[in-house]
Amino acid sequence: MAHRFRSLMLVLGLLAGPVHAEETLVVASTTSTEQSGLFGWILPRFEQSTAIKVRVVAVGTGQALDIGRRGDADVLLVHDRAAEDKFVAEGYGSYRQDVMVNDFVFIGPKDDPAKIRNAGSALNALKAIAASGQPFISRGDKSGTHAAELRLWKEAGVDPKGLASYKETGSGMGPTLNMAAATNAYTLSDRATWYAFRNRRDLELVLAGDPVLFNPYGVIPVNPARHPHVKKDAAERFARWLTSPAGQEAIASFRADGQQVFFPNAKK
Amino acid sequence: METGNSGQFNPAINLRFGPQPNASPGGILATPGGSPTIGVAKPESMTSTLLEALSLLGSFDHRLLDIVLLSLQVSLSALAIGTLVGLPIGAWLAVAEFRGRGALIVVLNALMGLPSVVVGVIVYLALSRSGPFGSYGLLFSPAAMITAQSVLVVPLIAAVTRQIVEDAWREYAPEFSLIGLTRSQSVLLLLADCRFSLTVATLAGLGRAMSEVGAVMIVGGNIDGYTRVMTTAIALETSKGDLALSIALGIVLMSVIVALNVAAHHVRCWAARRYG
Amino acid sequence: MFPLRLAGLRFAPDGRTVLAGLDLELSGEGISVVLGPNGAGKTLLLRLLAGLLPAHGGSIFWGNSARPDGRLAMVFQQPMLLRLSVLTNVEFALRPQALSPAERKTRTMEVLERVGLAHRVRDCARLLSGGERQRLALARAWAMRPRLLLLDEPTASLDPTATDAVERIIREIRTEGAKVLMTTHNLGQATRLADDIIFLAEGRVQEHEPAQRFFAHPQSPAARAFMQGELPWRIAFAH
Repeated sequence: MAHRFRSLMLVLGLLAGPVHAEETLVVASTTSTEQSGLFGWILPRFEQSTAIKVRVVAVGTGQALDIGRRGDADVLLVHDRAAEDKFVAEGYGSYRQDVMVNDFVFIGPKDDPAKIRNAGSALNALKAIAASGQPFISRGDKSGTHAAELRLWKEAGVDPKGLASYKETGSGMGPTLNMAAATNAYTLSDRATWYAFRNRRDLELVLAGDPVLFNPYGVIPVNPARHPHVKKDAAERFARWLTSPAGQEAIASFRADGQQVFFPNAKK
Repeated sequence: METGNSGQFNPAINLRFGPQPNASPGGILATPGGSPTIGVAKPESMTSTLLEALSLLGSFDHRLLDIVLLSLQVSLSALAIGTLVGLPIGAWLAVAEFRGRGALIVVLNALMGLPSVVVGVIVYLALSRSGPFGSYGLLFSPAAMITAQSVLVVPLIAAVTRQIVEDAWREYAPEFSLIGLTRSQSVLLLLADCRFSLTVATLAGLGRAMSEVGAVMIVGGNIDGYTRVMTTAIALETSKGDLALSIALGIVLMSVIVALNVAAHHVRCWAARRYG
Repeated sequence: MFPLRLAGLRFAPDGRTVLAGLDLELSGEGISVVLGPNGAGKTLLLRLLAGLLPAHGGSIFWGNSARPDGRLAMVFQQPMLLRLSVLTNVEFALRPQALSPAERKTRTMEVLERVGLAHRVRDCARLLSGGERQRLALARAWAMRPRLLLLDEPTASLDPTATDAVERIIREIRTEGAKVLMTTHNLGQATRLADDIIFLAEGRVQEHEPAQRFFAHPQSPAARAFMQGELPWRIAFAH
């Protein structure tokens, strides 16, 4: 019975395509790194210098961490510091290293009915949105962006769920932006995804630059002690390359809309 | 947008056909300027999106071909498995007699409507490294996608087969019993007799497989260049707001499905002429 | 298996009595033809004998046992044909028998030869004409080498040429030793083929006699009335 099952799996694998002799690495990351085009820019360089083929599963940070806990990926690149530290502390990750920083920006209708353009700070902007009753769309999907958004609301002293105009899409940045565009609402986005976003309609970037909006990314190889099958060496090489001068330079040279959006900050 | 990315920019995730000078979402209507918000096209009407989609189809990208081929590979494999498993189940159920047969038929018909995301989650949990079949390492691969789509296709083909074969069985049963055929002998003959109607069952299965997105997204991971198929690519481009590209891909997907159906129709007509 | 005895056979679905109590004894040779007005139960009798329907009363004895110990074959009024070749439509009936595939094929070709369909062996059965279909169904039944062959209106929808071909085949089957029990509306056919006539009316066997005697002097009033409904020239063609 087990033998037959193995044969079936083999057939499935064969059906699924030729087996590659090259080494592969599964990276669980967030939608911001993929959809912005960053991975498209830096991964070919990594693959060229290491001959490791990278397979990126791009989901929200929450799901990426879950994938890591299950052992379905070899290394994570996510942006939710608190959750990352917990992940490593619980033994699922070998260690965490700084890689880069990008920032969040406030997106809203051109005419800015909540008047946050001159709010001066992110917290004031949130307070203004709450006070004005203007619609705000949240990702609501346990992603790094969502976690950051909830932190900011808390610091601003507002309970967003209490607002009638607060809506959670439970989805990625793209669909959230789509909804904001369709309903002329405010939302918090990472800069890179916004730059790559094509369906803006009447939305524009209304506020950015507050240091609380900075968003650090960390790379975490999945702990082989927990999941012996993970590709420990390839994962380590990935983490090392990202934090190496070559990787950091690759990150820094990525442009979205002519601007740098990811700022390398690996510790030397 | 003169300060666009250098020529080495390789937008692996950006399926825009051909090399792009920059990643500006302003696209064809970009105007010079520093702010990323200037140069965005007017809110696109459905017509302008459609027109842009059609113009995109004019150029051709080998990455698109890879995606189409993977879609066909996954769905046709799932169809093959679905037919090999579902056809005999449906045929057996059509002629079998036992208590609870009616209930089983109801369940089978209900399974035709299995939501693809539900199947996706179940197969995901099963194939995950932490799951019962994790040691095969199949998650986030085309094999996982084939598995999930097979789960969707098998009940569909079984249910439709059951109906078709049962109708023929009612017609032939008196003669078959007189002649003394066993159940399995009867089933084989019925399948041979109904073979052309059964192609419709397989077409239904193929349609279900090619058009679903929930299952393959979850178990495949939509990995660029590895598990990205037409439906997940459409979902991705839509979520990025690139609606013209989504529609272009949608047109390609529909064309493939229509082409398959046309081919099947011709086979049936030829067969009807030849075999009556 | 013979003599085949029916005693008090009843068939009354939903309270409506169709067969009120059939008594009949059939020998194992020759062609017995069942005649009678519409609705008398001729087809029903055949189906009951074939075991396709359960009787509501009475009994059937096949020789000394309750079950036939020889093979039965039946050709229905609208012959059932699979959407497969002529060859397969005969060959499949031999599958329950302990024959090798080669033996099945040989016997099939033999029988198709004898019904004159060997040249159409690869054609789809459903593309055959009415007469050819009936011959095919007969070929299938004949290939089974039945002890008893039941035929329900075998030439009902056929032209005279086709009818003639079918009747020839039926005679050959009788010559080879099978017992034939058939129904027909065609009195001419009955006079040509029958060794004995069973006259069914009002749910009972009214008469069972050698054919010549029946046609010369039908005993029962029902039979006489039935025959009188026929044109006089029918008698002139009897032989």
